[in-house]
Amino acid sequence: MPAIWIIAKREINSFFDSLMAYILIVVFLGLSGFFTWLYGNDIFLRGQASLDAFFGISFWSLFFFIPAITMKTLAEENKTGTIELLITKSVSDWQIVTGKFLACLVLVAIALVCTLPYYVTVSKLGNIDHASVWGGYFAMILMSASYISIGLFTSSTTNNQIISFLLALFIGLFFQILFDVISNNMTGTTGAVFDYLSLRNHFDSISRGVIDSKDLIYFFSLITGGLILSEAMLSKRNWK
Amino acid sequence: MAIEIENLTKRYGLQNAVDNISFKVNTREVLGFLGPNGAGKSTTMKIIACFIAPHQGDVRLDNLSIHSNPDEIKRRIGYLPENNPLYLDMYVMDYLFFVASIQRVEKSTIDSRVREMVGVCGLSNEKHKRIGELSKGYRQRVGLAQAIIHNPEVLILDEPTSGLDPNQIVEIRKLIKELGKEKTVILSTHILPEVEATCDRILIINRGRLVADGSPSDLRKQAQGQEILNIQLETENSPATIKEKLMQLNTVASVESEGNGQKFFKVVSKTEMSSRKNVFRTCVDNNWILLEMTGQETRLEDVFRELTN
Ligand SMILES: Nc1ncnc2c1ncn2[C@@H]1O[C@H](COP(=O)(O)OP(=O)(O)O)[C@@H](O)[C@H]1O
Ligand SMILES: [Mg+2]
Repeated sequence: MPAIWIIAKREINSFFDSLMAYILIVVFLGLSGFFTWLYGNDIFLRGQASLDAFFGISFWSLFFFIPAITMKTLAEENKTGTIELLITKSVSDWQIVTGKFLACLVLVAIALVCTLPYYVTVSKLGNIDHASVWGGYFAMILMSASYISIGLFTSSTTNNQIISFLLALFIGLFFQILFDVISNNMTGTTGAVFDYLSLRNHFDSISRGVIDSKDLIYFFSLITGGLILSEAMLSKRNWK
Repeated sequence: MAIEIENLTKRYGLQNAVDNISFKVNTREVLGFLGPNGAGKSTTMKIIACFIAPHQGDVRLDNLSIHSNPDEIKRRIGYLPENNPLYLDMYVMDYLFFVASIQRVEKSTIDSRVREMVGVCGLSNEKHKRIGELSKGYRQRVGLAQAIIHNPEVLILDEPTSGLDPNQIVEIRKLIKELGKEKTVILSTHILPEVEATCDRILIINRGRLVADGSPSDLRKQAQGQEILNIQLETENSPATIKEKLMQLNTVASVESEGNGQKFFKVVSKTEMSSRKNVFRTCVDNNWILLEMTGQETRLEDVFRELTN
């Protein structure tokens, strides 16, 4: 078994062992189910079946849930000193970081898989644009991976989970909404740059089922950026 | 497997936590790394275990270097960090499985290896508990078990008995001694009896520098330098006369009368000389009755204090 997966597995077990995973999944399903089926939606009125409401609410609930998933990953190990144990095992810093990243992504993926029944039932109600549903799921995975990467980084900078959580939300907020707001108040190149930085646009275009390399590059840069910074924080012990 | 430490230097700010240290540990040697708090023991061990990189110098195991083969070195080393950090929410067995697989113990042997470690480290009654539920002594055993589970040739143990009660200390020392029969062991401590009880060789380190290197008895001898004899006589002669006569011996450097009994003397010989025979003959010649003559042992504690102050 590759080292990355061994690390990921331990992490996933600890999510489920601490009930954290169950609570997050249940709350996530409850919230998104509530909005998909009951709240201010016209699923039963419009003949057109869609999961737009579901993706709309998930866009925000994942934004808040992911820092809660990632906050513990490295901060707790920094605090208890177990990071020293892990690093002195036969693994590289990169494997530690990517293993933990993978674990968080698997947890989010499990939560998303649990929402597939929504898709199945909604699609029975009327015509549904299958491409845009899969695009929506794909966009959510990419968005989650980006925020996990950011959360992992903030977790690596501290030994306090709460600080990690708040810092991840703070950084995430820029990508989630602030860059968009800024770009609306700017013109020319600066406006275009902030517009490109805003995660919302890329999320929307992928969830329409249009896979553009421009959007993929955006997400992959965000993910690798976060991972590289996390690894850098781990190896910071050697900089002093 | 032999370990060579070459010119290791590690700075924290302006301070050299480890200052150009070099030494070699031979195969199956149990080396005690002794020094006061803040001497640089943990820093040196962290470097050997590939946790932190030195500013200068290298550590070699066979032909492997910490700079170019950290992965391979980590696999051949078992490391117990200071304060024994552990995943407290994990079950003992799960934890040992985790460590075994991450240290690339062959899959088919992981089961038997974990069971063996549980036996060797005396964890049979605790193996289904969470690590957080264990007493300190048992946590230390889990720490040792995770360090040796991949059967490393080298063991690095940073203060393995700190915080344990006397019975636990004796048990852990016994375990380390047993392990030392087939492994190269470096253990750090600031407790003197510990090195005497477990180590073949001692390195004393102070302010990041090596100040002594040798077996416990070597170090004692080295510090002793001059032989010191305590004698007790029964005679009518006055202490002054006795002193004068003893001073005439060509091996004697100084004589002091000790205590209030007036018949106890402390005879210090010249460097590298022994006065035992001469003192005996003088007693016979003068008809003094020699009630006692004992060599004064320099204690390791004195050596330690002298070197690290
Ligand atoms: N992470 C660190 N940052 C700054 N200084 C450190 C750090 N770790 C150790 N030191 C300093 O380096 C010196 C050696 O520490 P250490 O190796 O832990 O000593 P020992 O284990 O012998 O007690 C001490 O003065 C300590 O304060
Ligand atoms: Mg120490």
